[in-house]
Amino acid sequence: MRRAITEVLSRADRAFRRVTTGAGLTMLAILVVIGFFLVFRSGPAFDASGFGFFTTIRFDPASGVLGVLGLLYGTIVVALIAVLIAVPLSILAALFITEYSSGRIRGFLTGLVDLLAAIPSLLYGLWGFAFLGPQIVPVSLWLTENLGWFPLFSSKENALYIQSMFIAGLVVSLMVLPITTSVIREVFAQTPPGEKEAALALGSTRWGMVKTVMLPFGRGGIIGGSMLGLGRALGETIAVSLLLPQVPEITRHVLQFGGATISGFIANNSGASGLALSGLMAAGLVLFAFTLATNFTASVIISKSRSGAGVDA
Amino acid sequence: MTPPAAPPRKLVKRRPSETTRQDRLAALGCAVSATLLTWFVMHLLLDSPGWLADLIVAYLLYLAMLYLVTRDRLGRLAASDRLVSTVVVTGALVLLAPLLSLLIYIVAEGAPYLRPGFFTHDMSAVAPTDPVTDTGGLHAVVGTLQQTALTLVLVVPLGVLTAVFLNETRSRFRRPVRIMVDAMSGLPSIVAGLFVYAALIIPGIQAGVGLFSYNGMMATLALTMVMLPTVTRTVDVVLRLVPDGLREASLALGASRARTVWSVVLPTARTGVTTAVILGIARVAGETAPLLFTSFGALGMNANPFSDPQESIPLFIYRFIKQPLENVQQRGYVGALVLILLIFGLFAIARVVGRDRSQRKAKRITVKTQENR
Repeated sequence: MRRAITEVLSRADRAFRRVTTGAGLTMLAILVVIGFFLVFRSGPAFDASGFGFFTTIRFDPASGVLGVLGLLYGTIVVALIAVLIAVPLSILAALFITEYSSGRIRGFLTGLVDLLAAIPSLLYGLWGFAFLGPQIVPVSLWLTENLGWFPLFSSKENALYIQSMFIAGLVVSLMVLPITTSVIREVFAQTPPGEKEAALALGSTRWGMVKTVMLPFGRGGIIGGSMLGLGRALGETIAVSLLLPQVPEITRHVLQFGGATISGFIANNSGASGLALSGLMAAGLVLFAFTLATNFTASVIISKSRSGAGVDA
Repeated sequence: MTPPAAPPRKLVKRRPSETTRQDRLAALGCAVSATLLTWFVMHLLLDSPGWLADLIVAYLLYLAMLYLVTRDRLGRLAASDRLVSTVVVTGALVLLAPLLSLLIYIVAEGAPYLRPGFFTHDMSAVAPTDPVTDTGGLHAVVGTLQQTALTLVLVVPLGVLTAVFLNETRSRFRRPVRIMVDAMSGLPSIVAGLFVYAALIIPGIQAGVGLFSYNGMMATLALTMVMLPTVTRTVDVVLRLVPDGLREASLALGASRARTVWSVVLPTARTGVTTAVILGIARVAGETAPLLFTSFGALGMNANPFSDPQESIPLFIYRFIKQPLENVQQRGYVGALVLILLIFGLFAIARVVGRDRSQRKAKRITVKTQENR
């Protein structure tokens, strides 16, 4: 005779289920409240400037002009520079950790990447502002003078080269490195050993194996990791608030003084009230939406790719 | 007539990835000649724009020479293999450079001015013109300790319970909760601060409620939002590593689910959970952005996190390095040194906790099995 399996929960189990479900739902509630509140409080700013909020460059509540475009542009440019610098380095570091090193060095380097992640953004900002910035100025100058024909490297005459988006991107890239490196490393570590050995047995060199097996296998992970890094770079706050003058503008002169990002701008305007606060909330909402979209795309790419099964993005 | 047999060649066994003495000599030769050529070109023929340019030119020259030399000796395939290996190793070294530079810079700037007095008095009686060695950070240290402790009290139970919920139950809310945890980890910390500021502090000040005003507790709430998703996700990953066999064994012996989690799953995952929490502390201790809106900072001592603005180490640093006077800026570097020591201490503890226990246990087990034989 067949009978259905019924689960009779003891009192302890019922309490356990209630408590854990409660904790999970609390998480859910917190985020819903945050999202709802941001939308609610940024209402006045959207009312005041309508769709113009997304097409105005200036952000000047004193004269009633609210716009996020200049801030958003700076945010994206800095994040892109950071990712462009960080991803190639991450791929190299991940390759070194998984393929080219062994034993102690591998453990040391993994720890080092974790340590890079543990250092606060404030200290990176401090270091970038006081130490790295002045070191980069001659490089920027040289790039402008010799490669100025390339639009990205051009700058106006007599421009200042401190506090540029390039320097900010460079410092943010250090903060992006740990996340991209660890995602790419996990993906590389999951390359099927059989395929790697097959390539080697067919007489390929180590680079041949990496090129034909590991890089194609890890492509989804590399793209996903880069996007996760992009999400991290978009939200970076304190370092950028120290490194940029935080004046919203749209310029292609990334090597020279200027630029602003949403999070850095909010940080530099703490203590705002009224319409200005509402505008900052709206800008924060835009940033949050952007970060969310990037992170979700990244996790979808990672989990859909062949290499991503079982990787925790 | 058979052709005379070729003289037997002496076979040398060689692993393809091995580095021989000749390889090392060739690499050394390339390095020396690249350096000399760089010096010749950049300093005698051209006017070098700086040491960075020298380094880059020398490196590129070295790569080119290494490729050509290896190609001459061993062929094209081996040459590109060697080239890539060199680039990969350089990439790993480049990772080390900024970290070392940052460390050396902050220690060099802060160490000459750090005195024991930093931990015994606050800044309320110190004038901006006083020497940097008079800097006092007691109020900041106390604030950081209190805010971090309060954050832990909120985060650890909620984070661990949520991770247990995600892993050990079969609720239909698991999927939305997991998505929300992922989404929340993308919440920029400044937005968390802005949220607390706009949702609690502004109405609180208008209504005159002491608890909802600039104080340490509000900072704690913002920090909780930052730390909660990180801890939850890490603990979630750690719990997933606990073998299912252990759970099934416990359930088969008649233990309830609650008992299984409490006595089997959590103890097994203890080191991982501890590491996650310690790294979370390190993250929270250095978080600055949300504090600008919530605890606001103060120059004097405030040991009560539930009322009035409170300082913490990151705010202390941020306040002073934004000042124009040089000897005031130096105070910020002293704070930065203390912060980096704190982070390093926490990181070292996390490494020791995360590694030692499992290794020691593993060793003991192997010893035992050998004895049994």
